[in-house]
Amino acid sequence: MDILNKISEHLQLGDDEKVRIFTKEAIKAKISPKEILNDGLIFGMDIIGKKYKAHEIFLPDVLLAAKAMYAGMDLLRPMFIKEGIPTIGKVVIGTVQGDLHDIGKNLVGIMLKGAGFEVIDLGNDVSPSEFIEIAKKEDVSVIGMSALLTTTMPFMKIVIDLLKEEGLIGQIKTIIGGAPVTEEFAREIGADAFGYDSINAIEKVKGLTGMT
Amino acid sequence: MEDLLMRLNRGEILVSDGAMGTMLMERGLEVGEPPESFNFARLKVLSEIATLYLDAGADIIQTNTFGASPLKLSFYSLEDKTEEINRNAVLAVRKVVGECAYISGSCGPSGKLLEPYGDTSDSEMYNSFERQMKALISADVDIICIETMTDLREVTIAVKAAKTVSSSTPVIATMTFDPTPRGFYTVMGVNIEEAAGGLESEGADIIGSNCGNGIENMIKIAKEFREFSSLPIVIQSNAGIPEIRGNTSVYPETPLFMAEKAKELVNVGVSIIGGCCGTTPEHIRAIRKVVDSVN
Repeated sequence: MDILNKISEHLQLGDDEKVRIFTKEAIKAKISPKEILNDGLIFGMDIIGKKYKAHEIFLPDVLLAAKAMYAGMDLLRPMFIKEGIPTIGKVVIGTVQGDLHDIGKNLVGIMLKGAGFEVIDLGNDVSPSEFIEIAKKEDVSVIGMSALLTTTMPFMKIVIDLLKEEGLIGQIKTIIGGAPVTEEFAREIGADAFGYDSINAIEKVKGLTGMT
Repeated sequence: MEDLLMRLNRGEILVSDGAMGTMLMERGLEVGEPPESFNFARLKVLSEIATLYLDAGADIIQTNTFGASPLKLSFYSLEDKTEEINRNAVLAVRKVVGECAYISGSCGPSGKLLEPYGDTSDSEMYNSFERQMKALISADVDIICIETMTDLREVTIAVKAAKTVSSSTPVIATMTFDPTPRGFYTVMGVNIEEAAGGLESEGADIIGSNCGNGIENMIKIAKEFREFSSLPIVIQSNAGIPEIRGNTSVYPETPLFMAEKAKELVNVGVSIIGGCCGTTPEHIRAIRKVVDSVN
């Protein structure tokens, strides 16, 4: 079995120690960090994401896989910095106000980091003004908002309205997601994109930042 | 008041109250503010809500302490106020219900994940729940209600804490399940058989499910609980899955619809029927009528 495969397999098993060992081996074998990331770590994380979505596995498996992913990324990060590969964009994410469901959002954060984005995770219960404040201060290109309760969905619109007020629409893009969120709702409130799952969200963010 | 478990064992069916969050929002809960912030200077609101549910016919009234474990309160830097928050909530309800209803001390998830998935140890989790249980029980709640749980380890730690603080206070323990193609599972991967077995062996007195589903799924969930346990079952259903209409969300199940379906819960052998998100005093009133017709 080739080494990138081993990284992916052990990541899926949530074995952070093995992922660390095989990532080290891959680095030693002069495989490029980008390849290790894409064909090892992200490849495995994508499979985890798909299985989670299909209810084949549950949150604990995802959390352990994410831990393993970070174990590998920690080894790769210094190499990216040394090689001067810039992060491909800065994204601020959070679950909107009053919402404490952050599983999907965490998954998106993991995947975004995996894809090379710099991610500022504001966590749960993030107020509209906090989104805007941090987005401006950190000069992010995308705001990602998640909600799992329909009662909190209207807060997504407030964030977008605030961006309009401040004349930041277009400069800072928005993407929304979460179980009750639909493409139609995204259009209605003027969000730039809708991610129907974590994998789709990453593709959309890449699109918003001109990466694809 | 007569012993709760004796009534249930005699086959009596009791009604518990409905949603708290939406009631608080209508009464000034600001976005980003924890519901427990009402437990200082806005106790009148808590008494008012308790009165509404009591008048609607609830036998069991919950306290506004869902997020009042110190671990959860620490998200808002309120953990030092654990005792005050829990005590005030119980007193606000007691003031209006007296001995006309059982006061059920609500205890929701810690908001933290246990090791190895998260950073919280079993003992930190236990200490947090124990502190909330002590506060609730010393304020004289009649029941402890551990609810909306998804992690079997976390909920059993909470049950253990409650039973250690007071072995004589009845403990309700409910988990929240999602329908999947392979049946009902919590987001942490616990199915109903595992939930029933785990909660029963830790000493919970009444087990079941709240939140996450409308009443039709809850009937299926109740049937499974019945299959795997002989303990009294509690079901607190959402008023359906909310739908977005314009800028607001609407819970689609009407009081009449839920009450009609509550008959099936009775047939399955559920002992306590109440509401969760989206239910109102009107829902409880309608369920009360149905329950009265069988009791």
